Amino acid sequence: MMASARLTCPIQDLDFLQSLTAGTPVMLSGRLITGRDAAHARLHQMIQDGQPLPVDLSNQVLYYVGPAPARPGQVVGSAGPTTASRMDAYTPELLALGLKATIGKGYRNDTVKAAMKTHRAVYFGAIGGLGALLSRCIRSKKVLAFGDLGPEAIYEFKIEDFPVIVLVDTQGRDFYLENQGLYRGY
Amino acid sequence: MRHIDVREVADAVQALCQKANTILPPDVYRALQAANANEASSVGQMALQQILDNADYAQSEGLALCQDGGVTIVFLDVGQEVHFIGESLEEAVHSGVRQGYQASFLRGSMLDRPFNGKNTTDNTPAIIHTRIVPGDHVTITVLPKGGGGDNGSQMQMFTPAEGIQAIRDFVLNTVAKAGPGACPPLIVGIGIGGSFDSVGVLAKRSLLRDVGTLHPDPDIKALEEDWLHHINQLGIGPQGYGGRTTALAVHIETYSRHIASIPVAVNLQCHSARKGTATL
Repeated sequence: MMASARLTCPIQDLDFLQSLTAGTPVMLSGRLITGRDAAHARLHQMIQDGQPLPVDLSNQVLYYVGPAPARPGQVVGSAGPTTASRMDAYTPELLALGLKATIGKGYRNDTVKAAMKTHRAVYFGAIGGLGALLSRCIRSKKVLAFGDLGPEAIYEFKIEDFPVIVLVDTQGRDFYLENQGLYRGY
Repeated sequence: MRHIDVREVADAVQALCQKANTILPPDVYRALQAANANEASSVGQMALQQILDNADYAQSEGLALCQDGGVTIVFLDVGQEVHFIGESLEEAVHSGVRQGYQASFLRGSMLDRPFNGKNTTDNTPAIIHTRIVPGDHVTITVLPKGGGGDNGSQMQMFTPAEGIQAIRDFVLNTVAKAGPGACPPLIVGIGIGGSFDSVGVLAKRSLLRDVGTLHPDPDIKALEEDWLHHINQLGIGPQGYGGRTTALAVHIETYSRHIASIPVAVNLQCHSARKGTATL
């Protein structure tokens, strides 16, 4: 693997974000927000109803994860990525509100990729099933919204050297499709 | 007649939940090591190595291998000479799951109803498949089944005229469509035959085999080898990052069928192929 680029969350250097190309390994540090199925459904309903959202999405990085509970003395339990496509229906409206990156695993649909191009956003991949290892990169955790949802709440994670790879870049290039093509019919 | 207190069942289920969620079975670990040695894609190798490192770290720290402790599938093979004493057997299984998930700080992933449901927080209820078998033992197997693999799974009724080729294409399409969301490298569990209701369980049971153990029937074994070869030509690779290792194994289980129907279920198992068995 080539040396990783480093990026601070929330995104301050938008030019640098836009310069990242599909397939580039990146180390993330700073603060990110989490959310998965139930939190997305609630945010969507609030947007529909014209209510203010409980989190400011400007320049945020959203990690699709439902963490396992922490053992005593631990910040968080296992916390690997969940499948991003389940959030596809909600992603464009969140990008329109300033979200700049998402972290998950699995394909995104064309609507999301087009919205990412419009809003200059990036989709990062973390390795699925790496929950134990990834929990080491999470230094603190607090509930930002929807605490009643338990693992599906919106948390803020303070992270350090959280390893990801650019899956879809701001030009709409898709690392999955490009790299899988190299090994098809091997 | 042998008397078994259902509390023994609960204790066994609890221990199996804790072990299965934190220790990757040795057959799965070895299969991932072999795949790593054989993987042509450097980014695919990186993913496989990280998966192995995650298993080492989870085991050494007693942490969940994956935040998704899944739906807890419990297979009970109950000897017909056994008489259970105490509360309900199924309640004992749920209670074992409850205690195991709470004691090991595993995530509750179950909602109490499909719509507007609340998280039960302790991963109950389990899904229980019971068989009555000869003898006076009880064999308990726990399979924590993650959401990504089950979401990528599919079932279809084929007609005899459609034949093996159509079934193979269905299997390949299922794996391709699921892609990285199912967390490859996969174990592709396939049930063929039986009926609409039983074939899904047949596919799930195939996942209990040691990874890569082939079917004893030479015809089925040949299908397992051929379909694995084709799946690994899809190029999806570890985590979908491109590579040779899309699946570690194809496991097919079969049953007799109606003259009109060939039910087929493809149940995808992620690389975190957790399972554990105990016999009372």
